[in-house]
Amino acid sequence: MNDEAQNKGQNPIEGLLRMDRIPHIWCPGCGIGTVVTSFAEALKKSGLDLDKVAVVSGIGCTGRVAGYIKLDSFHTTHGRAIPFATGLKLANPEVNVVVFSGDGDLAGIGGNHLIHAARRNMDLTVICVNNFNYAMTGGQVAATTPQNANASTAPYGNFEFPFSLPNLVESAGATYVARWTALHLRRVTKSIQEALLKPGFSFIEVITPCVTLYARRNRLGDGLNLLKYYYDNSEIRHGADTKELDISYQGKLIVGKFVDKEKPTFIDAMNTHMGEVLGDDYEKYGRINDD
Amino acid sequence: MRRKKVKADPKGVLTGAHYMDGDYALAEGALAAGCRFFGGYPITPSTETAERFSERIPKVGGVFIQMEDELASIASLIGAAWGGKKPMTVTSGPGFSLMMENIGLACMMETPLVIANIQRGGPSTGLPTLTGQQDMMQAKWGSHGDYEIIALSPDSPQECFDLTIDAFNLAETYRVPVFVMTDECVGHMHEKVIIPPAEEIDLVERKWYNGPKDQYLPYKPDKDGIPFMVKTGDGYRFHTTGLTHDERGYPELNAECQDVSLKHLINKIRHNADKIIRIEEDQIEGAEIVVVSYGITSRVATKAIHKARKEGLKVGTMRLITAWPFPEKRFHELASKIKSFVFPEINFGQMVREAERSVKGLCPVVSVPHCGGWVHDPEDIYNAIKEASK
Repeated sequence: MNDEAQNKGQNPIEGLLRMDRIPHIWCPGCGIGTVVTSFAEALKKSGLDLDKVAVVSGIGCTGRVAGYIKLDSFHTTHGRAIPFATGLKLANPEVNVVVFSGDGDLAGIGGNHLIHAARRNMDLTVICVNNFNYAMTGGQVAATTPQNANASTAPYGNFEFPFSLPNLVESAGATYVARWTALHLRRVTKSIQEALLKPGFSFIEVITPCVTLYARRNRLGDGLNLLKYYYDNSEIRHGADTKELDISYQGKLIVGKFVDKEKPTFIDAMNTHMGEVLGDDYEKYGRINDD
Repeated sequence: MRRKKVKADPKGVLTGAHYMDGDYALAEGALAAGCRFFGGYPITPSTETAERFSERIPKVGGVFIQMEDELASIASLIGAAWGGKKPMTVTSGPGFSLMMENIGLACMMETPLVIANIQRGGPSTGLPTLTGQQDMMQAKWGSHGDYEIIALSPDSPQECFDLTIDAFNLAETYRVPVFVMTDECVGHMHEKVIIPPAEEIDLVERKWYNGPKDQYLPYKPDKDGIPFMVKTGDGYRFHTTGLTHDERGYPELNAECQDVSLKHLINKIRHNADKIIRIEEDQIEGAEIVVVSYGITSRVATKAIHKARKEGLKVGTMRLITAWPFPEKRFHELASKIKSFVFPEINFGQMVREAERSVKGLCPVVSVPHCGGWVHDPEDIYNAIKEASK
């Protein structure tokens, strides 16, 4: 906490926000701002040079995060935040690249990029805000909508099987996987901090209330009611088998840090392999200033 | 437009005389131009370029990544450009279609990058291994919304090398995606390619900003109309978006801002069209018929033109080295002096429409279409010349 800022009556993360863009567009009771606060706190605690941290977002409510964070920030196209971030990271490996986007963007339209970045162990930190629906466009059904939940394009309830995101990314090769809810502020902050400092593909799912659409359509009350649901139904189970993390409608939410393992990143693997095969012909990548 | 010129880094320049195909020459041109990031996805008939990159780039300090699809390839290029690299990808019909949305993002974010399209016959999967020139309009109009791009059209492996260097220079000069629109024939054609010494290759540097950090505005046009760029990680804490934005890069979703930013995107190319456009003309003086062509078709047309000239017909030629922006002024100029344009191309008549638009009814423009899969029979072009000269 920045005491000086507090004394001036400022928002403690003001230095990391584009204050000339506030107020933000998020609804009262939405959880995205909460995750942004955790992210900002994690950045401050990480000790990273913030000039060397970039945020890439896709499209959607969470896609707007890039526009409010005062770092090098990119608001890209729907689903393509991860490949954009991949190019950015490979072009300038000294930059710590964070992808901050929603479930529809990352696991729906961008699902292929999600699994391939995890497979390559691309050195990215992916923060996925999961609000169980496409909120920006009016609460349509998503790849993460629990079965039987109602959505504007599932007016009779959702009968599809949703993704369990931690299971998906672990299977694909992610080296850090955690899930929290917007209620678990300190834990979210800690996970983001760990992920920022960990080389490789890190994925943090944060389940957040969408009051205006998901909650209203399903008559689940307001933001506080949803936080109460998280409080009553979350169970912290670090290291849980990601096969057992399915989310049912208003059911139990298994949260925690599930995966934290070591594996060479894309760039490390490339350097090691190419160095072995090509010897002196190979120019080690990412350690030189080629300006 | 004056911009700091630098010499090519000898590391990427394979100086000498080579026997190589157009696909390889594209890769060599890019490496000579300082391209150090390639993101791509395999598609016939462009794969040889990607293969060449994968072999060469690790030895010159760059990175090759085969992405999961073309949506990812083009997105990775935009990210790489903002990370400070000169990026390139190569593709063909179906892959080109998949890239369209993010080509719009590249235009909107004013991102310098180069995309080569080794055209094949379409639509859809069409003719994967056979030639076409059917994506010429797509290059200009394929992404939604209004914007301008630059497209070059090499007709030989040597030009694949030369024009790829030009493509990077244009991309950096105007902060715009530049297309190298070649075709399967040129891509797979083996010819002599002369790669000059690095000190003979002039490169345009990115327009780096070096003023006070807190005063940087990513979309404030400089005197020449082109905004300055910075590299991610250099402490500017800038923002950029695919939304309509103001000079700060902040979304500004209204008609007024749209008016300013769209006009900027379009006029930075249109107002410089005379500097960008390159055409090659022969025997235009006194010509009655001017045969217009680009890419492989310009070489096929040569036989027809020689035959017609032997018979005493006054035939001039115009080869479009730059396909976009289209040389409309030159067409209009010539239209009142000649009898007719004859325009063969391996599509059902695409660029010919631009020619028709440009001549404003002053003379006929005869289309010589070909559906793709092979080049024209020169006789067809000859017959069109003959018919037009009656």
